[in-house]
Amino acid sequence: MSEPPPTLFLLGASHHTAPLALREKLALAGGKLDALRGELHSFADLREFAVLNTCNRVEIYGVAAQPETVARLQASFCAMNQMDPAVFEQIRLHLHGPDAIQHLLEVAAGVDSQMVGETEILGQVKDAYAAAQAQGTTGPVLNRIFQKTFQAAKHVRTHTAIGEGQISVASVAVDLALKIFGDLQLCHVLMLGAGDIGEKTARAFRSRGAVRMTVASRQFQHAEDLARGFAAAAVPLAEATAGLSEFDIAVCSTAAPERVVTQAMAAAAMRRRAARPLFFIDLALPRNIAPDVASLANVFLYNLDDLAKIAEENVALRQAELGRARALLAEKAGALWGQVEPRMGGNRLPE
Amino acid sequence: MTLLGLTDRSWLCLASVCYLAGLLLGTAALLRDRRQPRLTIYVLVAAGFLLQTLGLYLRGLAVKGCPIGNLFEIFQFTAWSAISLYLVVGATFRLSLLGYFTSCLSTVLMLVSLAMPAWDATRHVAAFGGHAWVEFHAALALFSYGVFALLALTSAMYLLQTYSLKHKHLHGLFSFLPSIFELDLISVRLLVAGVVLMTWSLGIGAIHWVEDLSSVDTPKLVTAGVWLAYLVALILRLRGRLVSQRLAWACVALFALALLSLGPVNASRHPVAPAAPASARKP
Repeated sequence: MSEPPPTLFLLGASHHTAPLALREKLALAGGKLDALRGELHSFADLREFAVLNTCNRVEIYGVAAQPETVARLQASFCAMNQMDPAVFEQIRLHLHGPDAIQHLLEVAAGVDSQMVGETEILGQVKDAYAAAQAQGTTGPVLNRIFQKTFQAAKHVRTHTAIGEGQISVASVAVDLALKIFGDLQLCHVLMLGAGDIGEKTARAFRSRGAVRMTVASRQFQHAEDLARGFAAAAVPLAEATAGLSEFDIAVCSTAAPERVVTQAMAAAAMRRRAARPLFFIDLALPRNIAPDVASLANVFLYNLDDLAKIAEENVALRQAELGRARALLAEKAGALWGQVEPRMGGNRLPE
Repeated sequence: MTLLGLTDRSWLCLASVCYLAGLLLGTAALLRDRRQPRLTIYVLVAAGFLLQTLGLYLRGLAVKGCPIGNLFEIFQFTAWSAISLYLVVGATFRLSLLGYFTSCLSTVLMLVSLAMPAWDATRHVAAFGGHAWVEFHAALALFSYGVFALLALTSAMYLLQTYSLKHKHLHGLFSFLPSIFELDLISVRLLVAGVVLMTWSLGIGAIHWVEDLSSVDTPKLVTAGVWLAYLVALILRLRGRLVSQRLAWACVALFALALLSLGPVNASRHPVAPAAPASARKP
């Protein structure tokens, strides 16, 4: 009687299959990831493997010589995480052959992510592959699959709108600034308020090319602290609002209960810079900028609700692209399975 | 006069097809919410430009001069000027959607002029009194109209982008528009270029007008009026008095008025003769 052929498999759980409380138990934090890799090494009939561990998923991709290997691996994984195997059976993600490839492609392209189209996951898949390669646990099958996965993820992002539009408030604000000014290198950004949201927005502006930044806060020390982190200038709040005409973009996120920028202030600033637009981003609650500022010519005002609405619209647009992205990836997965199957000698894992 | 068996009008028709193809391609991309195939549109517009240049060249050979002797030729020459400028501006500034809008304008100007046989049935004789400099002045003036046509397009794009950002409609066509800052920058440069060209043109013309004041007729006064209006717009812009949306509206309105004035201006010119040698008018 001949031996059954090796099998390509995926075993794990993700935010689609497991609630947060169970994902917490499965999370490979601290030294658990290394411990799992050590455990997997001990399986003599596990020819290749790579572990993808993110905040939303733990997935083991592997090539097993025997179909029973996956069952033993599952038992070991449950024991390691002190999870009842019956519970794991209910939340597990267990695919093999082309379905496993299709899943990896969807994960890498951001199609399977909680925030559809996000790009961070591709880096995490690359890291998982690099770690597996460094430890010598990949072979001809997984090498081929992962390398082609990166190409497929890029292809889908280029040929669908899965990654179009920003989906965080700070990134939406930066996108709007680009629509007004084109190049942020030429812009002077004023951060009014030195809180968390101000810091996140400042980071988003800096990452997209903003060079000149000034921070102002009701408590000057806070402004100085934030400014130091971004090599920006710090000024008192009153000085910043009096010199509004010097700035192209003003991001307001103070905790002030009253308006920090009134229409009169904005109008006075525009008289000194009529030909150059002024973009106000009001991230504060209660709002820091008088809504009637928006009626001034060449002045653009977006508040928290406006930005959140745009982010939601972008998410909806990405969701609408899911079908196209999955169809493209299914084609790629089919072709890739055709390439790796001969290397494995077939895949006949019973259900 | 024909080339490869095709008359000047046939070459101009082929050029229109290229511009129309660019327009349809851009519209299809917009309807499908996709990025503009900028390179393809640029190539189509460039191909149309070459064909149009050939058509106008043949017409020029037939009439033994610059082909700006009737309304058909004036529209064709204006479209040609706008496109020649787009080919430079589009390649230099890579403004998204400018190729699409240029295709729109060129298609309209070309098709309208081709669809009006009456505009090309006759042409003015001795419109330039046999003076090469006067003919150059007229061609330069029309070329500046082409610059103002492109300025009207960038101004319209500016107004659309401002509307989009003010009213928070950011998807569809609006998502592909260039930034307000870029559009303002290019508009000011086009305004400067148009005014400089027209000033140069009127300067050449003025040398002849002062010699013969009786030659200062309605067309010349209208052209001088157009120049003055654009000059005032430029001065106000440079002094910060006419900016953003008001400048954009002014540029769109001025070009519409300049275009509308071409008909009456053309009608008030010198006596008419058949448009071109018979060979040039064969279908």
